[in-house]
Amino acid sequence: MTFPILSSLIGLPVLGAVLLLFVRGVDEEQTARAARQIALIVSVLVFGETLLLWSRFNPASADFQFVERYAWIPAFGISYAVGVDGISLFLLALTGFLTPIALLSSWESVHTRTKAFCIFVLLLESAMMGVFVSLDLFLFYVFWDAMLVPMYFLIGIWGYERRLYAAIKFMLYTMAGSVLMLLAILGLAILHYTTTGSYSFDLLKLYALTVPRPMQFWFFLAFALAFAIKVPLFPFHTWLPDAHVEAPTAGSVILAGVLLKMGTYGLVRFAFPLFPLAAEFFSPALALLAVAGIIYGALVAMVQPDLKKLVAYSSVSHLGFVVLGITAMNMQGVQGAVYQMLNHGVSTGGLFLIVGMLSDRRHTRLISEFGGLKKVMPHLVAAFLLVTLSSIGLPGLNGFVGEFLILLGAFRWDPRMAAFAATGVILSATYMLWMFQRVNYGTVDNEKNSMLPDLRPREWVVIVPIIATAILMGVLPNLFLRPIEPSVERLLNQIHQSSTTRILARATEPSALRPQPSPIHQPPATSAVGRVLPPSQNASADRRGLGGGGLDPADRRVRKDPPYSSSGVAR
Amino acid sequence: MLLLIPVLPLLGFLINASFGRRISKSAAGAVACAAMVASFAVSALEVWQLVSLTEESRAIVNHAFTWIASGDLIVGLTLRLDPLSAVMILVVTGIGSLIHLYSTAYMHEEPEAEYARYFSYLNLFAAFMLVLVLGSNFLVMFVGWEGVGLCSYLLIGFWYQKKSASDAGKKAFIVNRIGDFGFILGVLLAFVRFGSVDFQEIARSAATLSPETTFGTVSLITLLLFVGATGKSAQIPLFVWLPDAMEGPTPVSALIHAATMVTAGVYMIGRNAVLFSHAPQTLAIVAVIGAATALMAGTIGLVQNDIKRVLAYSTVSQLGYMFLAMGVGAYGAGIFHLYTHAFFKALLFLGSGALIHALHGEQDLRHMGGLKKNLPITYWTFLIGALAIAGVPGLAGFFSKDEILSSTYFSGHRLLWAVGLLTALLTAIYMFRLVLLAFWGPSPSASAAQGASAAQGASVVQGDHVPEHPAPEHAALQHPAPHQAPQHLAPSTRLHDAPPAMALVLIVLAAGSVLAGYAGLGGRFEHFLEPSFTAQVIGSVRLPPSPEASASANASARQIDGGTETLLTVTASVTAILGILIAIAYFLKNRGAADALAEKFAGLHRVLLNKYYVDEVYEATVVEPIHIVSRDGLWRAIDARVLDGAVNGVGETVGGLSELLRHVQTGSVRAYAGSLFFGAVMILGYYLWK
Repeated sequence: MTFPILSSLIGLPVLGAVLLLFVRGVDEEQTARAARQIALIVSVLVFGETLLLWSRFNPASADFQFVERYAWIPAFGISYAVGVDGISLFLLALTGFLTPIALLSSWESVHTRTKAFCIFVLLLESAMMGVFVSLDLFLFYVFWDAMLVPMYFLIGIWGYERRLYAAIKFMLYTMAGSVLMLLAILGLAILHYTTTGSYSFDLLKLYALTVPRPMQFWFFLAFALAFAIKVPLFPFHTWLPDAHVEAPTAGSVILAGVLLKMGTYGLVRFAFPLFPLAAEFFSPALALLAVAGIIYGALVAMVQPDLKKLVAYSSVSHLGFVVLGITAMNMQGVQGAVYQMLNHGVSTGGLFLIVGMLSDRRHTRLISEFGGLKKVMPHLVAAFLLVTLSSIGLPGLNGFVGEFLILLGAFRWDPRMAAFAATGVILSATYMLWMFQRVNYGTVDNEKNSMLPDLRPREWVVIVPIIATAILMGVLPNLFLRPIEPSVERLLNQIHQSSTTRILARATEPSALRPQPSPIHQPPATSAVGRVLPPSQNASADRRGLGGGGLDPADRRVRKDPPYSSSGVAR
Repeated sequence: MLLLIPVLPLLGFLINASFGRRISKSAAGAVACAAMVASFAVSALEVWQLVSLTEESRAIVNHAFTWIASGDLIVGLTLRLDPLSAVMILVVTGIGSLIHLYSTAYMHEEPEAEYARYFSYLNLFAAFMLVLVLGSNFLVMFVGWEGVGLCSYLLIGFWYQKKSASDAGKKAFIVNRIGDFGFILGVLLAFVRFGSVDFQEIARSAATLSPETTFGTVSLITLLLFVGATGKSAQIPLFVWLPDAMEGPTPVSALIHAATMVTAGVYMIGRNAVLFSHAPQTLAIVAVIGAATALMAGTIGLVQNDIKRVLAYSTVSQLGYMFLAMGVGAYGAGIFHLYTHAFFKALLFLGSGALIHALHGEQDLRHMGGLKKNLPITYWTFLIGALAIAGVPGLAGFFSKDEILSSTYFSGHRLLWAVGLLTALLTAIYMFRLVLLAFWGPSPSASAAQGASAAQGASVVQGDHVPEHPAPEHAALQHPAPHQAPQHLAPSTRLHDAPPAMALVLIVLAAGSVLAGYAGLGGRFEHFLEPSFTAQVIGSVRLPPSPEASASANASARQIDGGTETLLTVTASVTAILGILIAIAYFLKNRGAADALAEKFAGLHRVLLNKYYVDEVYEATVVEPIHIVSRDGLWRAIDARVLDGAVNGVGETVGGLSELLRHVQTGSVRAYAGSLFFGAVMILGYYLWK
């Protein structure tokens, strides 16, 4: 019996939270101190465990590793099944990495009900870990919703002025999406029942299920809506700026760093592989929304007077890149997307930390309140600069690798998408540097800024790991890309397998040979590469490439129902 | 070993960035200089090794590790030294070292922390530039490409408390990013087309193609790459950042204009010469843009009053020359000019720095004059630089400029040749206008009244033009007093010529500006570079060069027509001397005539003075509309009203519905029991019915 490391990732923070319940000092102050320390120790331990997991992880394998499986509600085929693959591995590490940092970032700024604060942060960590390791849809849904509760309280209790509005908006918005997802999950389990005679929520079993076409569309839409809200994909993003602005620094860091990734992770893990036909059909639309989000988020970020709102809208832009990479459904696109999730966690997490430091000092986040800070706080501003550069994708730092891979993936799919998305490169530099200039350069006009203290020791501890990670991920991206690759390859095979059958059916139709939709002359040598696949799949990829992205109405008309029968739905 | 070349300055950067606040100024300066000189030494060693290889196998490759691998994209952190990059690293580390040395004296008034910060950026700049020129594939090049953009941002905005400086730094970065947008797309398309981002592999694949007669994929790739080059190398339409870049300390301008940064675009085309040769349509665009930029910048340079601004436009203009050369397929000539230009442009900028240093920050030409007696070293070296850039026979600029002009002529682009010649005339005129105004004529102290009236006249002509007099640099913080030139210049005996470190650098560069051109005698320089512009297959069998636009084809045409070539050389020389004479006539003998001319063509003068209003046009057509649409359209209308309004609307509707539903909760047990029963019946009924 090996050590159940994944369960311990979920369980340890809960244990810590339970332990905290019993912490009681002689006074409020002492309780708070003890609570902070215990929470920090627990979260550091969890982070250590994620690193251990990484070192034990077999990077050559595409399969789920460290799988644990126990029956939970056998009558409905619900089990406690967890496992990790290359796609989730680093999201776990990211969660483990950011939680202690988030705790440290609120070390002094949270001084009411500190114990409860620590408990919620730990519970949140546990739920996030659960989301990333669940191999059972029911279990996943439980964690998905469970995560809302601590976040709701973190915003609602320790947030700023309009915290209640923001917390409720966050809660309702996410719930609205996830209710539909729950219906789709139940639908899947029932479908499993009708085809095999037993209920199952097991992801691997559901992967193997053949979901009839019309059902795929509805289920995909339900899943995609839930995830799109979480990402947030334009135009479902309006909860995000409010939540960010009102959340305490720790909340913002976790929200931006990890929570948003649950949406994109959900797309990769569930929506796309479970419903490949629908995914293929909807991916152009999703990509359009993603590109719109990249540009829209950047433009709106540019004109924000509030630092936190600026960073929040920049998240909309950055996550647009992630979604674009996923919809490209080829190696570089998806791998870049997974990498960009991590990047965004590090650099946007870092930005929120910096903004938190500024707002701790000045109790304002308005850009116009600052100016000339470089003179006053050279170290803080140097850190600020590095995090800014990482966010705008300077090569050598983390952001570039993800953006480039995504752009390459998108370009291979549809160059127009990549061209529009690449304007994000210009826009991100514009809004970030303009903000940076207004905050840090110039002379100190505001008297209140003239005596601000530079980085404190605790803040060094918070920001240095972020910067070190950004550099590491920029210089040695292969360290991360290598374990990710096999799992992405498996995923792509899985998604494209079903469409292969379809394409084979379709290739006999003359209509399949319509001209390339791409505006650029496809070179002869590589013209067939619509989306890059491993060698074994190349033959089908070539055919797919001819068809361009997505299905068109004509195609749907021609192919009535094979290879899947829709007769399974009625009963 | 190759890796050491960029790593040494990087180490210098790390040392000064981490400990700079704790070590003395001389230590910080010494670290930075030592890093550069060591890098130069390693470069020289490596180049010597390269030269000792046989001509066919001249390449040294250093593969550090695999940087990015994703599916079929495999990018190594690989450095490659070949003749082209050999020239570049020598220029970057050689000229770079001199600029570092010069800076130790020039920046001495800065406080310690700032001094170390300055040198750390300077080292980083060189390190990124070396990565740019040594990278063996597009992505490694892009690291340097963006890195120099970052360093220019940091150094141009070095005096960050000055708004104009941080504005200029930001502008440099963003305009560069606009170019990078094209560059990235070009790289993506190149990868999709050729399956690699490695220069050698792309060249090898491209060499098997025939040149595109219509605008095809290769043309598009090269055009997109060229967009990147226009950003980095300040060509139309993205040249606007370079003149503003003089907000940085003067040695930084020298570094940007001579050794690093702006040469990157030219280098990039040279690096992808095979690819560009297969896209004659793009090459034509490159040539036309280059010539147009050269002419436009030359005309602007004629009327500017800020000494550094004149030099900045001269750089834009000279870069135009280099692109003209690239565009007509004379890659060797373009790189040759890049190399000679590095000497005299560094000399001119550093000379102007010495001048500004001596005048305590004054950089307006109208407030200078008669300085040749007081600043002899500065004067003589500056004069050599001016003669070199003007293309006077015997000096470095003459050789390379002549190469470009005759290559253009022989390539059949007669009109472009004429434009080039006209630009050469303008170059001589504005450079000597600058020399004569600054060093000759009456000193403003001797004729303060005249100077004042001249300034007045100028301002009348300027009309609405306001910000012509940017705050002189050293003054930024240390000398907050306003700069009335006469105050500074009045006791002209107190003017000090360049201190030793600066003087030494000026003299070395002056020697270079004279001698550098002789490296190209008999086409040796271009012959040395030739292997870099052709595709080499493994085993070093050269693929046949593409028939069109090849420098060798050009050369053979030229050999047939030796007489014409001599004639062209004479024409170029005469043009240069004519330009100098015109400058003497207008700006030494009879200054009134120049003013009269300016008044006669007041409209044109104003247009030139305001740089064709390009900045204003961009501001009005791009920057402002985007800003307004984003703020009032996207944010306040769409985001706040439409999207959020819809969300809140849904929320309110739901709230309203629950309000209605609230009435169902009567609290009456009987009502609940009733509804429970009703529900049970419904469910039972459903199953029975089914």
